[in-house]
Amino acid sequence: MSHAALIIVVAGAVTLLLRFLPFLIFNGKRETPPYIIYLGKVLPYAIMGMLVIYCLRGISFTAAANFLPELIACAVVVLAHVWKRNTLLSIISGTVCYMLMVQFVF
Amino acid sequence: MKAENKSILKKAFTATLPIMAGYLVLGVGFGIILKSKGYGVLWAFAMSTVIYAGSMQYLAIDLICGGAGLLTTALTTLMVNARHLFYGISMVEKYKNAGKAKPYLIYALSDETYSLVCVDMDMEKGERNKFCLFVTALDQFYWVLGCVLGSLLGAVITFNTEGMDFALTALFVTVFVEQWLSTRDHAAAIVGVGASVICLVLFGSGSFLIPSMVAITLALTLMRKRQEAVQ
Repeated sequence: MSHAALIIVVAGAVTLLLRFLPFLIFNGKRETPPYIIYLGKVLPYAIMGMLVIYCLRGISFTAAANFLPELIACAVVVLAHVWKRNTLLSIISGTVCYMLMVQFVF
Repeated sequence: MKAENKSILKKAFTATLPIMAGYLVLGVGFGIILKSKGYGVLWAFAMSTVIYAGSMQYLAIDLICGGAGLLTTALTTLMVNARHLFYGISMVEKYKNAGKAKPYLIYALSDETYSLVCVDMDMEKGERNKFCLFVTALDQFYWVLGCVLGSLLGAVITFNTEGMDFALTALFVTVFVEQWLSTRDHAAAIVGVGASVICLVLFGSGSFLIPSMVAITLALTLMRKRQEAVQ
């Protein structure tokens, strides 16, 4: 196998391991510990916050073009969603707004 | 296909539309870069099915071209994809009775798929399982399709797609807001954002994810008594 193929296999295997590990440890044969059930309930809220920051990790406040499009578009998504609560509409309005800003304004 | 399955598939398709936009753009981008490094469509297909993790695949191109060692590859993957442990932990109960498709649901649990299946749904068990399976399979289909298309016809695409990948950011923001609006207690959401911002400032964009995960776990653990009293 070529070295490139080996890199793909290793990256794939580690990713697979990370995805399966919790399910292998808490496999349903024993009762899931209350602590894990608790984490399962609260983690989605915290993780979604983390993912939002993860997506915005590249912004910097050195120039307007490096943060304004992201922050304005996020604000559009939030406002659209609070207003209509229609997932698709919120995402489309934010994305179109962002595309217009990075292609024509900044 | 049974009428019931058709309606669930339709629901799943609608829910995954934003992911289609994001995955096609990022997938095509990946296929183009990979091709420019001399690795054609079979490589694009292999990487998008064997690894199936967006940011890791982009990184893998660098690893391959730089001739990285296998240990470096393993450690890099561990750091970049450690967040998937979180997804597993929070899906242990929800996927408990997911049936025959469970291994596939776990293997293909990407960030975006997670954002759609982690929420509480107004569906009975069987319907929910099918919905999760359709969402997972559709998302992977979009991603593999994007990677392959990018490799095959990257040079022909003239439509300016710059900024379209923001659809994925918008998806996470939407899910975040939806969760916020549908619960009264926002402590966990605030912990998620707060810990991540603090760790981003302290550790920088390249290495803040793992510290964030540790901080979030610690904070949520300390808050457990209070949280369980609220719920």
